[in-house]
Amino acid sequence: MGGLLRFATAGSVDDGKSTLIGRLLYDSKSVFADQLEAVEKTSADRGDDYTNLALLTDGLRAEREQGITIDVAYRYFATPERTFIVADTPGHVQYTRNMVTGASTADVALVLVDARKGVIEQTRRHASLSALLRVPHLVLAVNKMDLVDFDQAVFDGIVKDFRDFAAKLNLPDVVAIPMAALQGDNVVNKSERTPWYDGPALLDFLETVPVDTDHIGTLGARFPVQYVIRPMSVELPDYRGYAGTLSTGMLRAGDEVVVLPSGRRTTVAAVETADGPLDLAVARQAITVRLADEVDVSRGDMIAAADDAPRSAQEFEATICWMADAPLVAGRRLLLKHTTRTVKAIVSALIDTLDVTNLRTGDAAQLGLNDIGRVTMRTSSPVFIDDYNVDRSTGAFVLVDEATGATVAAGMVGSTLGGKH
Amino acid sequence: MSVMELSQLDLLEAEGIHVMREVAAEFERPALLFSGGKDSIVMVKLAEKAFWPGKIPFPLVHVDTGHNFHEVLAFRDWRVEDLGARLVVGLVQDDIDAGRVTEIPGGLRNPLQTTTLLRTIEENRFDAVFGGARRDEEKARAKERFFSFRDAFGQWDPKNQRPELWNLYNGKHNPGEHIRVFPLSNWTELDIWRYIVREKIEIPSIYFAHEREVFERDGMLLGVTEVSQPKPHEEVTTRTVRYRTVGDASCTGAVASTAATPEEVLAEVAVTRLTERGATRADDRASEAAMEDRKKEGYF
Repeated sequence: MGGLLRFATAGSVDDGKSTLIGRLLYDSKSVFADQLEAVEKTSADRGDDYTNLALLTDGLRAEREQGITIDVAYRYFATPERTFIVADTPGHVQYTRNMVTGASTADVALVLVDARKGVIEQTRRHASLSALLRVPHLVLAVNKMDLVDFDQAVFDGIVKDFRDFAAKLNLPDVVAIPMAALQGDNVVNKSERTPWYDGPALLDFLETVPVDTDHIGTLGARFPVQYVIRPMSVELPDYRGYAGTLSTGMLRAGDEVVVLPSGRRTTVAAVETADGPLDLAVARQAITVRLADEVDVSRGDMIAAADDAPRSAQEFEATICWMADAPLVAGRRLLLKHTTRTVKAIVSALIDTLDVTNLRTGDAAQLGLNDIGRVTMRTSSPVFIDDYNVDRSTGAFVLVDEATGATVAAGMVGSTLGGKH
Repeated sequence: MSVMELSQLDLLEAEGIHVMREVAAEFERPALLFSGGKDSIVMVKLAEKAFWPGKIPFPLVHVDTGHNFHEVLAFRDWRVEDLGARLVVGLVQDDIDAGRVTEIPGGLRNPLQTTTLLRTIEENRFDAVFGGARRDEEKARAKERFFSFRDAFGQWDPKNQRPELWNLYNGKHNPGEHIRVFPLSNWTELDIWRYIVREKIEIPSIYFAHEREVFERDGMLLGVTEVSQPKPHEEVTTRTVRYRTVGDASCTGAVASTAATPEEVLAEVAVTRLTERGATRADDRASEAAMEDRKKEGYF
């Protein structure tokens, strides 16, 4: 397969998430000798019975003191097949925002449950947030199977509970794996203690799952302009290139495009990089685009396929996760950051709230910290959007408090838990 | 339609370029920390690509401990000249002379850099500063954001970081505050070397095997220089070594190695069993939380 896979882990306190990641790093030989030595020393100092692999990932001093993870940490490991970026997100209720953060860039969500406890409120929360953020794949890791004697009936029961809930979520494909991360069963190597399980070990799955590139080829190009390159040098007195990252689709010289917000149509004269021109650029490449006609284009504008452009809107419905202590009320003014465009915005109405643990909607007088709700957004000038269900890059935005500079909400255009609302 | 698959280096490069363009577009006075070390060299390469065919639209900044490897300093000057870039140097010695910091017994100057760095940022009114730190280097860095907010005292508050979603980076700050930006956040040491090989990037010669007079201290091989002299009981030998990181020459150790080309170093790094900081940086070994403490104060 090759390439890069990003996955986000989510679990509750004590269900062995840090141990599982430590195990992946350790068994894939991504732990260096001095890191392991430091962990062995700390384990011994604390009087642990075994080398606590969780210590490999608990980074900050406060976390080590309390034995919990308080912020998203990023881990890296590689196998001959693939390179992995792990967003390790804490499981406490109050840290929903971290789970949302980790999931926003993930290709795979890894949801842990303790085999003795089964599907609990936190499990449902994690599944819902993965669905909300449109993480393309979900792994249900049923951990601590050693503590239930590797009983298939226990595993099957948990998987059934989970699938019953997931059925309401419009979740992508779910893969369930029985594990004992502490001893390494079904993490890197298939376990002999689960003969009844014929699926892959976790690492096998992560190495072979296709990275989602579905939207390349099905949606027209979307190119948010980041920066205008104008050398104005003796050699290049008239050069004008539009630099940015192709967020969606493909782009090549000769393509008919429309520039938003002006609506001017033109064609792509060249797609360039410092390493030479490209015959074809695909989503996620950082490129510089030159246009055939002199059109006024600046940062925050969008160059898009002429026959399939995103919609230009100043009022739209969105689902947001509120991340500030002070609650959100209708009429609140904020900055909205979408692709490379930042505009003033008003949350003009709160439509309803969603309880992610049971998918019930409720009244929305206000949205508190970590609440998910549907809102109507109004913006001072147009933004060029797609539904988040259709395109994660042009459907995503954040809200920023202009006074404090804090990022106070993650937003997704449309009702992203499709079929529910 | 078959779509070309982007390699992990392609994706990391694109991500770094994206971050640099965001900063150039949204900040008034960015700067890039350039030590002549391999990570900052890669960062400069990304900057060169991000703004091509234009020039890099911000200065390079070197916080100079005075404890330099000559080869690295020469490389720094050559690279700056080659790019036609502007170089700003902040001298730790100036802060020592002015009495803003005191030399530590033993002469280690890495911890003193924080004062010089913050002074240089303040004097030049930089509002965004690119650093070459990677999250794989160390546990506290694993929790860094791409855009890391610093208050008016340059401090990092790890418990109160802004959530960073998708590729939407929030650079909002008030005058006097600034943002540290880490375009190489998602790179590993191996990625850096792969990229150096792939792009044929020139780096200082001390990264490659060479003969050098060294002595052993705290399990590290230290080169004999003006700033690192052996004590009477420390035996000096000539060994074939190379450096994995370049920092304060008084505390950066060499490793025994015969890897003389980027390809050979890459092969060696791919099988190595010690992290680069653990093996060769005395300052990170002081305590398990050493880096976390220095970062909170405003270190790189």
